[in-house]
Amino acid sequence: MPPTVSTDQGSSPGLAAYADVTASETSLRRFLHGLPGVDQVGAEARAAQLGTRSIKTTAKAHALDLAITMVDLTTLEGQDTPGKVRALANKALRPDPADPTCPSVAAVCVYGDMVADVKAVVGDNVNVAAVATAFPSGRASMEIKLADTRDAVAAGADEIDMVIDRGAFLAGHYLQVFEEIVAVREACQRADGTHAHLKVIMETGELQTYDNVRRASWLSMLAGGDFIKTSTGKVQPAATLPVTLVMLEAVRDFREATGVQIGVKPAGGIRTSKDAIKYLVMVNEVAGPDWLTPDWFRFGASTLLNELLMQRTKLTTGRYSGPDYFTLD
Amino acid sequence: MAFEYAPAPESRSIVDIKPSYGLFIDGEFVDGHGSAFKSINPATEETLAEIAEADAADVDKAVKAARRAFRTWSRMPGKERSKYLYRIARIIQERSRELAVLESIDNGKPIKESRDVDVPIVAAHFFYYAGWADKLEYAGLGANPQPLGVAGQVIPWNFPLLMLAWKVAPALACGNTVVLKPAETTPLTALLFAEICQQADLPAGVVNIVTGAGDTGQAVVSHPDVDKVAFTGSTGVGKAIARAIAGSDKKATLELGGKAANIVFDDAAIDQAVEGIVGGIFFNQGHVCCAGSRLLVQESVADEVMAKLKRRMGTLRVGDPLDKNTDIGAINSAEQLARIRALAEIGEDEGAERWAPPCELPSAGFWFPPTVFTGVSQAHRIARDEVFGPVLSVLTFRTPSEAIEKANNTPYGLSAGVWTEKGSRILHMANELRAGVVWANTFNKFDPASPFGGYKESGYGREGGRQGLSAYLKAGA
Amino acid sequence: MARIDVRKTYKLYIGGAFPRSESGHSYEVQDSKGKFVANAALASRKDVRDAVVAARKAFPGWSSRTAYNRAQILYRIAEVMEDRRAQFVQAVQQSEGGTAAAAGRQVDEAIDRLVWYAGWADKLAQVVGNANPVAGPFFNHSAPEPTGVVGVLAPQSSSLLGLVSVVAPVIVTGNTAVVVSSYSRPLPAVTFSEVMATSDVPGGVVNVLTGDAAPLGPWLAAHMDVNAIDLCGVAGDDELSTALEVAAADNLKRVRRAPAAEPDWSADPALSTMTDFVETKTVWHPIGV
Repeated sequence: MPPTVSTDQGSSPGLAAYADVTASETSLRRFLHGLPGVDQVGAEARAAQLGTRSIKTTAKAHALDLAITMVDLTTLEGQDTPGKVRALANKALRPDPADPTCPSVAAVCVYGDMVADVKAVVGDNVNVAAVATAFPSGRASMEIKLADTRDAVAAGADEIDMVIDRGAFLAGHYLQVFEEIVAVREACQRADGTHAHLKVIMETGELQTYDNVRRASWLSMLAGGDFIKTSTGKVQPAATLPVTLVMLEAVRDFREATGVQIGVKPAGGIRTSKDAIKYLVMVNEVAGPDWLTPDWFRFGASTLLNELLMQRTKLTTGRYSGPDYFTLD
Repeated sequence: MAFEYAPAPESRSIVDIKPSYGLFIDGEFVDGHGSAFKSINPATEETLAEIAEADAADVDKAVKAARRAFRTWSRMPGKERSKYLYRIARIIQERSRELAVLESIDNGKPIKESRDVDVPIVAAHFFYYAGWADKLEYAGLGANPQPLGVAGQVIPWNFPLLMLAWKVAPALACGNTVVLKPAETTPLTALLFAEICQQADLPAGVVNIVTGAGDTGQAVVSHPDVDKVAFTGSTGVGKAIARAIAGSDKKATLELGGKAANIVFDDAAIDQAVEGIVGGIFFNQGHVCCAGSRLLVQESVADEVMAKLKRRMGTLRVGDPLDKNTDIGAINSAEQLARIRALAEIGEDEGAERWAPPCELPSAGFWFPPTVFTGVSQAHRIARDEVFGPVLSVLTFRTPSEAIEKANNTPYGLSAGVWTEKGSRILHMANELRAGVVWANTFNKFDPASPFGGYKESGYGREGGRQGLSAYLKAGA
Repeated sequence: MARIDVRKTYKLYIGGAFPRSESGHSYEVQDSKGKFVANAALASRKDVRDAVVAARKAFPGWSSRTAYNRAQILYRIAEVMEDRRAQFVQAVQQSEGGTAAAAGRQVDEAIDRLVWYAGWADKLAQVVGNANPVAGPFFNHSAPEPTGVVGVLAPQSSSLLGLVSVVAPVIVTGNTAVVVSSYSRPLPAVTFSEVMATSDVPGGVVNVLTGDAAPLGPWLAAHMDVNAIDLCGVAGDDELSTALEVAAADNLKRVRRAPAAEPDWSADPALSTMTDFVETKTVWHPIGV
């Protein structure tokens, strides 16, 4: 079963209470700058501390399977072809052809023009996510960003991964960023009343400070994003544990304040099983077990999947495996 | 399906605990003449080893050995002494896993702390003071500073090896020799350190370790041929030592109790503040003299901070100290557990509200759940007495001046914490707080380069840093 | 008929005022040849109590003055002493005997010593404080701070130079002091008090009690609101100084022990005269963006 993507948060009374916040540039700025600061050293120390958890045996087996189901298997290259993305789609369905107990991943993440090719392979068994809004830079006119989004939705994308306008954010034009997200969220709407699940990429590597990450997280959640996502994968640093920590604190606090649950997706740079497990520990202890499903937590990754599969095989067979035993797609 | 962490125990096969241990005097392990006692594992109550007790005659032998060794050790060029200390530091690093496991078994502290905090800082402390041994003319005591002689050192059970390092490293670097008494409930790492001294070929008598309880400690500090007393422990015993050495030429450093305020302002980085509160009081089961045992939180954010704190406390894992995922280990002794329980009961009787997250405690051993008391006022005993356990008292304040007043309203003055994102307020608070260490936007940080020690009844003298040298040197002629 | 001279009443100096002893007692002060000079107030334990209250009250203000300001005030004391040099020479000669030239040298050295200590106010932190390069992303720095209220049993012999040598190092760092003067030679201390009262020294920073250290010392040593004590004034009395050190342990006062005999005050003072009455405070702060 693919993750469900149909939360409708617009009507939440908890969220309605924040209408004043987004009523003007001034009120939005005041709100975002009134959020508690993030101490860099403290946040990084906490992330590192969580990274020392030792996940062994049964817990590890559980974690590896869970991590596989959370992967948004991604290819976002200029050289992507229908053949390439179809191969990836097959891999998403059956990550380990040798082992039928191995679960599928959550979604395949591609550029909008590749959505139909993926959809043809995975059908309704794995979600299709499309990046949109002039990914990765976000430097285009609003019309183009919205058209980009609508095209992907029309092609059958279950999920849209948009980028925020980091330039506007860093220039302090928070309301502009907010309104763009709102508009893209509307463009995700389908005729039948459902909407493509919206992930908001903040490109945390360009935001530089954790204070900004926290502000951008709240901004994205208030604007109607279903997920907040760290990175495009095109900018270094991409996802890090402390950035994800700050985002997990934000979704935890947002649900506390509004009753609305938002998902988190670190993307880029997560390559080893050990790293993936550290993220799961962090989700478990910071946001809580409610987030430990593909509905609420994803990994944006490509090479990670094979690493997870190798570790999984090591656990079941008791010996170390090698890359030749897993498909390269 | 919930994400349950499977047990991840550190192997204890790396340590080889002998059935019995003697005293370490003049480079040799010898029998003690007091009545031997047992050291137990506080997490299981199993007996670990039988430990010799040093009587007054044994202590005298140790002091005499130290005095003999002083003649050569103090005259040895600093650069040669320094190499012994570097050797010891290296051996500690090489045997770090063994030391960490042994410390956790004997003390009850979680392996992640002994492994990631205690033992690395122990090695760092020897490295730091090793480098001072040939640079003492820069210690600030003039051109030709001299060692004091024989140092009698008595250390507590909360950081057994770390406190040993804080005492032994600067003493040796300055050319003193030592007679050290570890706490009776945690002697094992000190005895392993004695082996490390042998392994480093440290000259006989430079370090002597005498095990025992209060009587042995008293024999050490009151021995007429001891020139320097260094003690870490309770304020009560510290005062007794100060009285005992009155009128003598003995110099003393006393590192005693505390009741630190951890002050959270409404503009603090709340998530990091909550981490600081948790680390401040639950690190090492709260067996920390500088623990942030009084949380002073600004009323305007009190509810938010308390909600987050309780949530965070719910993720603390209490149990087997050797499990790598354990956050809170065992209380060090039945006696300490009884004291914590008694004070917690007094807290309840006095009307404070007690809360602890649901947590399953092992049936054997000594355990106390992480506990917080709200509705505490300055008049409550849990706001004044040092509990020395995982028990936090929460008070509120309205203005910075009220926070300062409450923070300083204690006979202690060891440490304090401040959480605010406003720079000028941090510096103001740091100026006003009467405490030897002020942690701003952090807590319970230790480093060999950083002096540590208290104001008022938290003792006198500093350990660590350049200031730590003046405890073991006098101005040269 | 010859003019009847106006005789001075020598009083205590507490909280910037000159009260008589609460007990109403005074004692006869004689010069070095045993001739009556004046009556001095005989401080009681209640005067000790009042002086400690005054010193505690003055502590927050004095310790938070800028170091530059404290330096100016110590220097101002020296200036005013220089101005009243003749009076001090007479008082010292009266108290200690010897020639006027010898007394003059004592006064000069006392003034010079104040100037020397005045200069330390804004330098001690630079000499004994430091940045600590800890192994982590933290700003870490240690600096001396005054320990609080310091009881000073002033030397019995050196009535002015000795007095200045034990008071100046205590107050220059921001402590406040309760001083028990020399019993038999109290008059220079009283004159010194009058100088302080006119030298911008805030009331309560230095409190001077004339009287006997033997009965007063134990009250001061046992007082729970006194942070440190200098036992110089009981030099040579091992039994008393030990008893005072024992009493001081009740609240772990910092104790500067009594020397076996009064030292040669003309020697250059050690840094420890100041550092014995300061605390090292270490402040940590993360370094991040």
